Amino acid sequence: MEENFYISPGPHIFTKSKTPKMMKDVIIALIPAIFAAAYFFKLKAIILILVCTVSCVVFEALIQALLKRKVTILDLSAVVTGILLAMIMPPSLPIWTTVLGSLIAIGLTKQLFGGLGSNIFNPALLGRAFLMAAFPTYLTRWNAPFTLEAVTGATPLGMVKFGHNMNINFGGLFTGNVSGSLGETSALALLIGGAYLLIKKTIDWRVPLAYIGTVMVISFVTNLVAPGTYAGALFHVLAGGLLIGAIFMATDPVTSPVTKAGRWVFGIGCGLITMVIRLWGGLPEGVMYSILLMNAITPLLNRLTRPRRYGT
Amino acid sequence: MNNVCNQTCTGCGKEFSKGLWRQNPIFVQVLGMCPTLAVTTKALFGFSMGMATAFVLICSSLAVSVIRKLVPQQVRIATFTVIIATFVTCADYFLQANFYTISKELGPYVPLIVVNCIILGRQEAFASKNGVFRSLLDAIGMSVGFTAVLILLGSIRELLGFGTIFNFKILGAGFEHWVIMALPAGAFITLGFLIGLFNWMNKKSKSN
Repeated sequence: MEENFYISPGPHIFTKSKTPKMMKDVIIALIPAIFAAAYFFKLKAIILILVCTVSCVVFEALIQALLKRKVTILDLSAVVTGILLAMIMPPSLPIWTTVLGSLIAIGLTKQLFGGLGSNIFNPALLGRAFLMAAFPTYLTRWNAPFTLEAVTGATPLGMVKFGHNMNINFGGLFTGNVSGSLGETSALALLIGGAYLLIKKTIDWRVPLAYIGTVMVISFVTNLVAPGTYAGALFHVLAGGLLIGAIFMATDPVTSPVTKAGRWVFGIGCGLITMVIRLWGGLPEGVMYSILLMNAITPLLNRLTRPRRYGT
Repeated sequence: MNNVCNQTCTGCGKEFSKGLWRQNPIFVQVLGMCPTLAVTTKALFGFSMGMATAFVLICSSLAVSVIRKLVPQQVRIATFTVIIATFVTCADYFLQANFYTISKELGPYVPLIVVNCIILGRQEAFASKNGVFRSLLDAIGMSVGFTAVLILLGSIRELLGFGTIFNFKILGAGFEHWVIMALPAGAFITLGFLIGLFNWMNKKSKSN
């Protein structure tokens, strides 16, 4: 029976694409970023990714068993949530907080709202948002690459915003040799993964394009107006969590609109909120909150952009 | 004369107990959300707010049920509000005079008891239609239900947010405070979980 519910407007094209295959593609696309994280943050990164993934899968199985639902850990969606959650954590995070983050991501965001397909918010992002609100000191403590705990270093976005340091190391930003969350630092690795997903047609190109395009336009204009205060377009695209957010989070099929027009609006809205927070907000980075806020209005976007029946 | 009470005193226990669980003002009626979410950062504040609200609710229920036949239908809400506001002013001055620190912590939420929907709701739905004794039982039941939930909510938030309950240290120095629990977001999350738990328990007891 459940096979007969369609969530997108017609025409409905039937393919063999199923959840596990899609999730497998996302995991494959994340491999370059995982390697980059392991290279720059060493053992810390590997432990974080392993703990997050295992705890997400365990919580998924446990909660589904408790709620007497079918245990669906084999669809790999919990694995993807776990890896993504680890990728957006600072490397120096205490391990037990990541377990709590996994519980919030899987238990509260996903299973209590009805499981995969019924969640309103992106589980990994809400897990991080909870930790950000609960333990702000841990979530804003960054260590520089190749160091363990000892050396703390501001993220490039923080340096530009609070340090007014316009001396940007673009090479580091591109390869990932800057401080930041595990998987967000290496633009190169994320772009390889994004290209793979686009070629495989696992993600729609509209959301990332609209998102990154909006960020580029706004940062280009503000940089023209006040070059001493605001960094340029290239910096805002490479720095922070924009690429991982635009490629892996904003394209989440559950929490982003299903219509083409809706996806454009979604991407542009994400870009706008991100730039407003980055340039004029209290935080250096706004990718997480921008995607979560746009997640919240996704049902509305689906409704407003529903295609009209031909002839009416 | 006093037949309203004598006639149906068999159900009087129910008038009291319904506020505790079956018609709990927070879990079931979902009323009075403003103080529920705002002042429950610590168990003590939840308790104080519960007590202040209980005083106002019980006194105004008594007053309203006494004068219920004298009040014209058209001006009843205004009359109830004036009665409630009188008792709120008493409670506010009492707290300021005797428990200054608590009064300061509760801030504007004590005067705001005037607009607490639980109180006006009980006057409109119960005290204006029932006798003095039953209105009293109803008001006490609702007050206890309200206060109990505030203390529960405050205890959970205080335990996770500060590691204490009623300012007694429960969790040791190794415990990392969850800042979120002291913020409004923590109130929403905790209340959501509590209402979910409440509904789950109800469902469980119904199916058994």
